[in-house]
Amino acid sequence: MIAPTSDAIVQQPGGAPSAAGTLLLETKGLSKHYPGVDALVDVDFELRAGEVHALFGENGAGKSTLISILAGANTPTRGEIRFRGAPLVHADVGAARARGISAVFQEFSLVPQLTIAENLFLGDEPVRHGFLDRRNELKHARELLERLGFALDADRRVQELSRAEQQMVEIAKAFRGDLSVLILDEPTASLTERETESLFALIRQAKAKGVGIIYITHRMVELRRIADRVTVLRDGRKVGLVDAHAADEATLIQMMSGRPISQVFPKVNYAPGETLLSIERLTTADGAVRDVSLAVKAGEIVGIAGLVGCGKSEVARACYGLLPVAKGRVLFCGQDVTGWKTRRMLDAGFSYLPPDRHKEGLVLARSAIENTSLSALHLPQFSGNVFLKRKQEKDTVSRLADQLKLHPFDLQREMAAFSGGNQQKVLIAKMLTRDVKLFVFDEPTVGVDVSTRVAIYRLIADLCEAGAGVLLISSDLPEVLHLCNRAYVMFRGHVQVELQGNQITEDRVLSHFFERAA
Amino acid sequence: MTIEQAAPRDPQTQSQLLVRLFLSIGVLPILLVVALVLFSLMSDNFFTFNNIANVLRQTSYLTIVALGQMIVMLTAGFDLSVGSTLAVTSVTSALGMAAMAAGYPDQPWLAIAVGAPIGFLCGLAVGVVNGLGVALLGVSPFIVTLGMASVGFCAALYLTSGTPVRGIPYEFADTFGSGGFWGLKAPVWAALILAIAVYVLLNWTRLGRHFYAVGGNLKAAALSGVHTRLTLFMAYAVCAGLTSIAGLLLTARMETGEANIGTSMPLQSIAACVIAGVSLRGGTGNVPYVVLGAVFFGVVENGMNVSGTSSYLQIGVTGAILVFAAVADEFRRRLIGRRSL
Repeated sequence: MIAPTSDAIVQQPGGAPSAAGTLLLETKGLSKHYPGVDALVDVDFELRAGEVHALFGENGAGKSTLISILAGANTPTRGEIRFRGAPLVHADVGAARARGISAVFQEFSLVPQLTIAENLFLGDEPVRHGFLDRRNELKHARELLERLGFALDADRRVQELSRAEQQMVEIAKAFRGDLSVLILDEPTASLTERETESLFALIRQAKAKGVGIIYITHRMVELRRIADRVTVLRDGRKVGLVDAHAADEATLIQMMSGRPISQVFPKVNYAPGETLLSIERLTTADGAVRDVSLAVKAGEIVGIAGLVGCGKSEVARACYGLLPVAKGRVLFCGQDVTGWKTRRMLDAGFSYLPPDRHKEGLVLARSAIENTSLSALHLPQFSGNVFLKRKQEKDTVSRLADQLKLHPFDLQREMAAFSGGNQQKVLIAKMLTRDVKLFVFDEPTVGVDVSTRVAIYRLIADLCEAGAGVLLISSDLPEVLHLCNRAYVMFRGHVQVELQGNQITEDRVLSHFFERAA
Repeated sequence: MTIEQAAPRDPQTQSQLLVRLFLSIGVLPILLVVALVLFSLMSDNFFTFNNIANVLRQTSYLTIVALGQMIVMLTAGFDLSVGSTLAVTSVTSALGMAAMAAGYPDQPWLAIAVGAPIGFLCGLAVGVVNGLGVALLGVSPFIVTLGMASVGFCAALYLTSGTPVRGIPYEFADTFGSGGFWGLKAPVWAALILAIAVYVLLNWTRLGRHFYAVGGNLKAAALSGVHTRLTLFMAYAVCAGLTSIAGLLLTARMETGEANIGTSMPLQSIAACVIAGVSLRGGTGNVPYVVLGAVFFGVVENGMNVSGTSSYLQIGVTGAILVFAAVADEFRRRLIGRRSL
């Protein structure tokens, strides 16, 4: 593959690669402003009939905002959308769908308590004489699933389905009715290889019929396989439009992050020492983890990669007392800690950064200072016999906030008022208030901006070089590829492979993402 | 999950059968059967046709209100103002009927035709305000309905100075209070018909489907093009409409309009729904179980009265059963979760 320089690839609209089909959807100067955040700034985007146009960018780059506006789930602050040449203003998702613009969002728009058929027709139920025509609904749902080649029983409730099956229902919902624009937001994130293949076949069918497809993905492989053109977004702005077949990884990452790849990921000096964590044939009670063995030493960064729902998160959660263990052992610093409660694990020096900072990480209504000290509040450094040592608390938290460059530097501000990146910094500062031997980062850079990302990577490298063990659980493949000296790849609860040093390549890791003999 | 059938006499299998019964139908039908058996043993007067008919009549009002409460709970809310809605309906309908009856004493049905709709609409108005507050202004259901509970109660007291409203035509009480046919009283028929109507609404109309969808996943419903605000509004309006009908029937039964007829209704109706498996988080619940839930509380109350249980003890027993049912239901959900692996 030819690797063009970044200047050559970041083309101006005049020299942009163009697809052959007629212009279907077009935005001019599209902007979305939220209080304190410009989610989208002057974005020009075009979609032609019969092309797959990929959107590429980090979390928070504006991809989701763009597609939610195009799908009618959100309204722009400024700018214009034209659909088949005419100005377009969506009233809501229903109106967009009526025009043939359908979206598959990453957050599922399914109601768990309803059946597949009921979900497929939600908002557009067939009615006869004022009553629901349930027989027809079921019949059409079955026909649709069959046409798409999904082996699903239309009568089942969505809450009983696996994530991949829910994804299929979501896709089926988009394919219902006359389609002219299909928006797919990381549709393969939870699909198996075979399901991915059948999705790609569907996409090709749709392309051939002149449907324009907007496709969000993080996977280079998919860009090459399915996309025609790629629009790269960064911090809400369009940074380039490239030909999908000519783009290589280094260039795309550089466009996406705004700096050369060598500046994003630090060089880490690994010095593996004694084994800190040793997991032996662990199986959780809920079956998310099956017969997993792995080890983490002091002074190294070990990655766990895999699809959403492969059990990579659950491995750490089972060690941390968040999931019941059915079989196997967990050894930490030579001690059998199987089934220990979270508080005891923390005291032993095991710290876990949860992937969802809103749901599990932060008390959003309270200040940065209270959040940072929460897990260490009972220790002598912050607590006297009766009263809290608020002066010491403030000093410690200021020092950490300074180290992590919290912005704005206002420790009394409530967490909800910080940006995602700064919320993540507070969450990490919280881990640093205690003596920790092993840091477990579960999706540490979800939804943070580039500079925070770089800061977090630097911190992880520093922790490792200072002699701590780091376990990095991530769906962001470059993260695992560039930071870890060892990596495990998981699939459906099992460890598929363990890779060392320069064995950790995109092709190798991805080849173990799917169903295949280890 | 399919298990190989063993000989049914094996005690192991019998207990497994019981567990499977519990898993498939839940705790409520089992509790109801236990209560029926227990009270039949405790008192000879319990399991008689007259007493059972009596229980059904007593619970018909709660049943109707619980049906409305259930609809609101499906959308992940609840309505604390159902008691005040009853009071408002009762007082305004009685005032209307009494005024018309005084003017046209020889035309009782005219008085009923004027007074009953007045009461119904006044009760409905409470629901309209609830619906506007929750759906349009986005205030939490707890606050809106709690506030409206006080406002409605206040209005009912103010209109009547706290005394019962007399002068309702005899025909109203005779037809809708103590009347009936085929051995069942009018309120029982009303509850039956309304239960069927709500069943059809929830299972066979778009609006019903949207109640479940909005409560199950508000965002998903919105992304699917469901008019979520209208759906929420309708939930409170339909709830108030049903409650108003219960209010009219209750007025007919009491033969007076009273401001304090519904004070225990909010909690009772929520309890009947919860014991019937209606989730407080929205999205789940079905009509037959809610009817059973209301009847169950009626049976327990009546059974304890017939068997001479102290009224102080009765309150405690009801509360304990509710907590027990909730715990059993949670236990059941976990068992199902484990089995489906």
